[in-house]
Amino acid sequence: MRAAVIVLPGSNCDHDAFYVLSQVLGVPTDLLWHEDVGAHGHTPLLQYDLIILPGGFSYGDYLRAGAIARFSPAILALSDYLARGCGLVLGICNGFQILTEAGLLPGALARNITRQFICQTVRLRVENADTPLTSALQTGEEIELPIAHDQGRYVVAPNGLAELKRNRQVLLTYAGENPNGSEEAIAGICDPKRRVFGLMPHPERNTELLLGNGDGLRLLRGLKQT
Amino acid sequence: MSGYLVKVLVEPRPGLLDPEGQAIERAIQELGLPEAHETSVGKLISFKLPGGSLEEVRERANWIGQKLLANPVIERFSLEVEAL
Repeated sequence: MRAAVIVLPGSNCDHDAFYVLSQVLGVPTDLLWHEDVGAHGHTPLLQYDLIILPGGFSYGDYLRAGAIARFSPAILALSDYLARGCGLVLGICNGFQILTEAGLLPGALARNITRQFICQTVRLRVENADTPLTSALQTGEEIELPIAHDQGRYVVAPNGLAELKRNRQVLLTYAGENPNGSEEAIAGICDPKRRVFGLMPHPERNTELLLGNGDGLRLLRGLKQT
Repeated sequence: MSGYLVKVLVEPRPGLLDPEGQAIERAIQELGLPEAHETSVGKLISFKLPGGSLEEVRERANWIGQKLLANPVIERFSLEVEAL
């Protein structure tokens, strides 16, 4: 297995993701500058089994979080990557926002209902463990992961919500308090084919006992087993 | 100078909770307009385009509004095009 972490201007969780994949999970991983990928870049994405879009504030969150990043060469190359290969894409926080802006995941991430940047550890319920990302967990169990965002309120049109439920695309929901006002307390989803994943919580920030209970590692381990 | 000034007004989609608008509304009410309601906060993006017909400029501006400036899940936009 081989993974890549896409680095955009303003990414700031790229090294965390790189560290967890390469050092904690032992997966050969490259950090890729977004312009070195795609039609005019020299690095083909197809050599990777997993592409991570890390957290941060790509392009300063200007216009909307992820709105400008979606036109970056690396993000434009994802459609081709998904059409031609069989690899997986995981967007964490800003990465999730980019995936919705790019239309690779349904819905959008709006401003938190609380008008605050929220930075705290939350409890999450695993809604569907039958996907590559969540395969190391059990449906119905609760895990702990940190969140850190200003635009994390998941919003989707009513018919989109029905479709998410019908296809069992909701992976994680906030257990107990819904910190940002997300519809149906949704914290993470996937596409119908279970190849594109978006999470507002940061699993890479809870992979070692020094930083938490290690639930983030339990989650990410699923990707390695795939 | 010829050409056009395009102004794109992006607003939250009606019915979508707008926490920034609510906070501002409370301040407006406390400052003496207690009857103020339905306050919403959007963005104004303006740019200039050279030449072409008004129709063509509107069409191109509308395209960029749909493609980039507004996310239809949470926003709507309107256009103003002014000949320079």
